[in-house]
Amino acid sequence: MTTTVNPPSPEQREGLRDRLRHGREAVAQRWHHAPRWVRWVLLAAVIVFFYALPNKEFYQYLGPIPTPGANFTQVLFTVSIYVLMAVGLNIVVGFAGLLDLGYFGFFAVGAYTVAVLTSPSSDIKTLWPWLLVVPIAIALTMVSGVMLGTPTLRLRGDYLALVTLGFAEMIRIAAVSSPFLKGQRGFNQIPHPPGQYTDGKPIFGVLDARPYYWLVLTLIIVVVIGVRNLTHSRVGRAWISIREDEDAAQLMGVPTFKFKLWAFAAGAAIAGLAGALFAGKQNFVNSQNFELLNSIIILAAVIFGGSGNIVGAIVGGGLVAYMIERFRGIELFGVELYEYRFLFFGLVLVVMMIFRPQGLIPNRRRAAEFKDRRKEVTVGE
Amino acid sequence: MLLEIDDVSLLYGRIQALHGISLTVEEGEIVALIGANGAGKSTTMRAISGIRPVASGRIRFDGEDITKLRADLRVRRGLCQAPEGRGIFPGMTVLENLDMGAYTRRDRAGIAQDLDRVLGLFPRLAERRKQQGGTLSGGEQQMLAVGRALMSRPKLLLLDEPSMGLAPMLIQQIFTIITEINEQGTTILLVEQNAQQALARAHRAYVLETGRIVKSGTGEELLHDPSVKDAYLGVA
Repeated sequence: MTTTVNPPSPEQREGLRDRLRHGREAVAQRWHHAPRWVRWVLLAAVIVFFYALPNKEFYQYLGPIPTPGANFTQVLFTVSIYVLMAVGLNIVVGFAGLLDLGYFGFFAVGAYTVAVLTSPSSDIKTLWPWLLVVPIAIALTMVSGVMLGTPTLRLRGDYLALVTLGFAEMIRIAAVSSPFLKGQRGFNQIPHPPGQYTDGKPIFGVLDARPYYWLVLTLIIVVVIGVRNLTHSRVGRAWISIREDEDAAQLMGVPTFKFKLWAFAAGAAIAGLAGALFAGKQNFVNSQNFELLNSIIILAAVIFGGSGNIVGAIVGGGLVAYMIERFRGIELFGVELYEYRFLFFGLVLVVMMIFRPQGLIPNRRRAAEFKDRRKEVTVGE
Repeated sequence: MLLEIDDVSLLYGRIQALHGISLTVEEGEIVALIGANGAGKSTTMRAISGIRPVASGRIRFDGEDITKLRADLRVRRGLCQAPEGRGIFPGMTVLENLDMGAYTRRDRAGIAQDLDRVLGLFPRLAERRKQQGGTLSGGEQQMLAVGRALMSRPKLLLLDEPSMGLAPMLIQQIFTIITEINEQGTTILLVEQNAQQALARAHRAYVLETGRIVKSGTGEELLHDPSVKDAYLGVA
């Protein structure tokens, strides 16, 4: 079967692109010029919407949004974990401009720390409660981030990408083959977070994913507030300057290595937190949860949404994770679309990179850097 | 002596870019470093600002050995370089770029004062203060790079090819400003391909050839030196 694609004429393409851009700019303009209280009300409405979303009484009225092939509440939990990780990776890739291809490795470190220290199937049988282990998991992922970053962040560019890629694979292979990490058999009976309803039933359990989703949602809000404050501080300025021009940043007195390491460690910590939440929710961790593909998906989500922009990362992480799950249970000509989910995902990414390389909701600065780099390329040739 | 470079060599991999360079800068001077493309001018600058580590030799600044000091700590000691060409932050506005220049400082009043001074020196930047660096013209970017370096209130300002790629009118203008900055009390080490202008403005100058200093003297002397005239000034 052959298909011919007629490339749109330049005017057509410009027309569409311009229209899209104007549309987005109009929305952005409105947002920025709206009075403060309007923005707060809208923001509150969005947050309330997402808190209400996992209730069947609410989402059954939302038409095609709930996923047909999977429990929508469970999907929402997965999506929220991706969003949390996208916000974390956005610090590394979006703000400091470091290409991290093995971000999921830190997620694995977080999840395994919880598994080893809490599960009865672990060799060391500490059986600590979940809540006690979460800070340990975060601290350990930060340490692994620093250990990985210290030798590599002094180097420029592609080295870091390769090393992080290797790191994630290392963690995965260790999980598969190390007897201590239990491979496929994994760790079971990982405890849930504490808390009981008034009737004595635990809040967090395997069946109802809503409390977990609400917990992650709340943590996302906390993390976003933290990251936002950080990016508006000297630290944020340092990160942005490193991303824009590392030499120039150094010439202005920015200790570039230190700040790159901080970005890396902060990103790792958030992935560790996500891993700890995941381990608690699943109740079970084994080596199949940490495929390399996951690292790529998160990275793609950040770039898709618009790296360097927190809202972009949230939207990117949410949309990408949701889209993948949305394909489940849809049949077309007898073919389960879910089987081809990554094909569609790849297509969307390719189209995005052609028409909108800066992402859906780009950072204002980031867009200018793209233009600047393009100019540099054309000048150089 | 504000800056003293003693027998500095620098390697790019296996290629030796600097072969035992020595030079000095006294407080209050404009010193120019001239030479052809690839003579090692920018490399010398990188060695002084600390972007590239030196293979051997010593660099002393303000009475202190800074040979092994990290680049960002050199800035804190009052050594600031305006990088050549497009070394500004393209996504930041003019004001944000200037603000980055004051990154090492915390004295708000002093920073505000220096901002006024820089915007006074470069009225063009004042006009475009909210514009992103990447959207400025080549000349404006060059001014921004110089202005940004000034924001750190350096004792020694390193200027790497400030006239590169500029129209003749703008070259005049930027050199006038350089002289003005110097008269306001900042010592300047200047790397230039435009030898004519650089020598005319500099108190002293060095000629660099394939990683070695082959000549030195006052700006005036070198301007009238027959071999320098032949090699760098051309007969227009």
